[in-house]
Amino acid sequence: MSATVQAQYATQTLDGRDNLVEVERLTKHFAVKQGVFAAGKGIVHAVEDVTLTVRKGETLGIVGESGCGKSTTARLIVRLLEPTAGAVRFEGRDITHAPQRQLRPLRRQMQMIFQDPYSSLNPRKSVGQIIGEPFSIHRTEKDVKRRVQELLARVGLSPEHYNRYPHEFSGGQRQRIGVARAIALQPRLIVCDEPVSALDVSVQAQILNLLKDLQKDFDLTYVFISHDLSVIRQVSDRIAVMYLGRVVELSESEALYEHPRHPYTAALLSAVPRHSPTTGTAQRKRIVLGGDVPSPVNPPEACVFHPRCPRFQRGHCDVETPILRSFEPGHEAACHYPVERWPMTEEELRRPLGATAGDSNETNG
Amino acid sequence: MTDFGAGASSTLLDVRNLSVRFRTRDGIVQAVSDLSFTVRRGETLGVVGESGSGKSVTSLAIMGLLNRERTDITGEILFEGNDLLKLKPDEMRRVRGRDVSMIFQDPFACLHPMYRVGDQIAEAVLAHQKVSKKVAMSRAVELLGAVGIPNAAIRARDYPHQFSGGMRQRAMIAMALVHNPDVLIADEPTTALDVTVQAQIVELIDRVKRDFDVGVILITHDLGVVSETATHVMVMYAGRAMEYGSNAEIFAGAQHPYTWGLLESMPTVEKKLDVLMPIEGSPPSLLHPPPGCPFHPRCKYRFEPCDKLRPPLAEIPGGHLDACHLPPERKREVWANRIVPEIAAPA
Repeated sequence: MSATVQAQYATQTLDGRDNLVEVERLTKHFAVKQGVFAAGKGIVHAVEDVTLTVRKGETLGIVGESGCGKSTTARLIVRLLEPTAGAVRFEGRDITHAPQRQLRPLRRQMQMIFQDPYSSLNPRKSVGQIIGEPFSIHRTEKDVKRRVQELLARVGLSPEHYNRYPHEFSGGQRQRIGVARAIALQPRLIVCDEPVSALDVSVQAQILNLLKDLQKDFDLTYVFISHDLSVIRQVSDRIAVMYLGRVVELSESEALYEHPRHPYTAALLSAVPRHSPTTGTAQRKRIVLGGDVPSPVNPPEACVFHPRCPRFQRGHCDVETPILRSFEPGHEAACHYPVERWPMTEEELRRPLGATAGDSNETNG
Repeated sequence: MTDFGAGASSTLLDVRNLSVRFRTRDGIVQAVSDLSFTVRRGETLGVVGESGSGKSVTSLAIMGLLNRERTDITGEILFEGNDLLKLKPDEMRRVRGRDVSMIFQDPFACLHPMYRVGDQIAEAVLAHQKVSKKVAMSRAVELLGAVGIPNAAIRARDYPHQFSGGMRQRAMIAMALVHNPDVLIADEPTTALDVTVQAQIVELIDRVKRDFDVGVILITHDLGVVSETATHVMVMYAGRAMEYGSNAEIFAGAQHPYTWGLLESMPTVEKKLDVLMPIEGSPPSLLHPPPGCPFHPRCKYRFEPCDKLRPPLAEIPGGHLDACHLPPERKREVWANRIVPEIAAPA
């Protein structure tokens, strides 16, 4: 299938729900000065050619390691950043280069929840001021205090907390304040950027359940960013796996975990430590990727994953860029040698189907 | 049944009734209360708990890194029979890094940004050994190679910013191994790292344990990491041990409601759960710990004595140690019928 057909396929609605956000060939480059004395200039390829959609009422999970471009993608979607190339459409409207004046009414529709509930709340403002600020900016509410107290109750805090300050709250409670602020204007879309990563395990589930309830009650659409595959599985309807600025796999949630197609997804899944009683200790053979994520200033040629990939084939993967192709309805991956079945051991993963003995670097190396 | 008998020949570290109190402006913070555990050669003790559970304070107490002026420490920390708490500061300095060493959570904060990585490790060599700088440097290079840094001789000349997060954590592990310590304390060594790099570091610590024949204390909030690497597990809450046993005893038969809560609330990668089961509420303030069992305000299984009487950490008949008033048969029943079906991986 060609790239254009793919792009069309990706923006179509699969189950009759309309798309809230459509992102097409989105690219973001940042200029950097290299070296302390600004000798040369480089470009960080933060997001490269990302095409995806967010459907109304769904949770799209974006998962990947640090530096993979997941947060940049989210910031591009809500237009906190302006893309270098590509397009962002919100409810069919092109907002790629919309000026601030046009963006402001849109901001009511799109809100964010941030990772660190310690730095995302102004310590000098009371809870009432923090949650009430969206109302004063957008002048939508007369009885702000009453609304804020309703919101406090809705996120599981007490209305009496109105005059308290952030430092008086625990991490989980602060994140509830951040959630209340995000839902204040009844947005359509909320981008959750690692909303539970800074919280203790026992509290994580509280916030995840709260987000789930709110989604049901207010018909919210989430873009949920996390590095944690366990969290992503629990919250997402569909998942985009990102690596070095590119979407390498895009799938319905359960299909991704049952049979990952991209070797990077496979390695990520196998790297997650398990704690279920049946798995026991060290029975499972982990696929351990060598090395680290390369620098996005000089991303590898062709498939960006090839220097770390157990299925790497010289002369193919480092020459031709793989495009997202479909394996089953709603499951796409960008790989020349996709994973045939799952689970697979590292040994088996190193013998990709379709690779001739001649170009395998593993058999003779 | 776990043998918790102290004084066995292979016991490296024997902590007995350790309590740590901080005197603060607001009052006394009871950070660690009456903690006892042992670490043996070739074992990894996983210490699990949420923030504020006292796990890091415990490791700082062992390393002698707590400010003694503002801290009251009682109990004993026996290293090969000697009580580390009775040592003078300069005596403790000889133990630290040589007999017991530690790696920290944030490898970014632990290396000096303006010195070469190799020089920093060589400096650690010179701290306890009278050797030439050249010898120290070759030891540093050797260790960098041992922890999996490719081209160690060349990379030793790099500055920390030229290392990735995973490589910095490897360098920290190399530095901790300089004097072939007997006990290695790893405080959240993988928390700041990405999943794929985390897997590498977990395997490295396991290999180091075998190759260098050390006892490891692995402090983490991640039950998955503990379940895959620890030989023994201690679950801490509000400065106390709630449950303590071998890996199999905890992960195939946890007996404490707090451990159950942790296992249930942790999202799993193995299946999609219908509902997540959080532990309601938040951990207690250690300035004003609740009476009775510290976990009782959040416990789903609390009953009459829990808010009055603190259950001691005691041996369950035929099993490990836990601190809970529930009758053993009730615990076995809850574990088998309610917890296991909830958290077990699909076949």
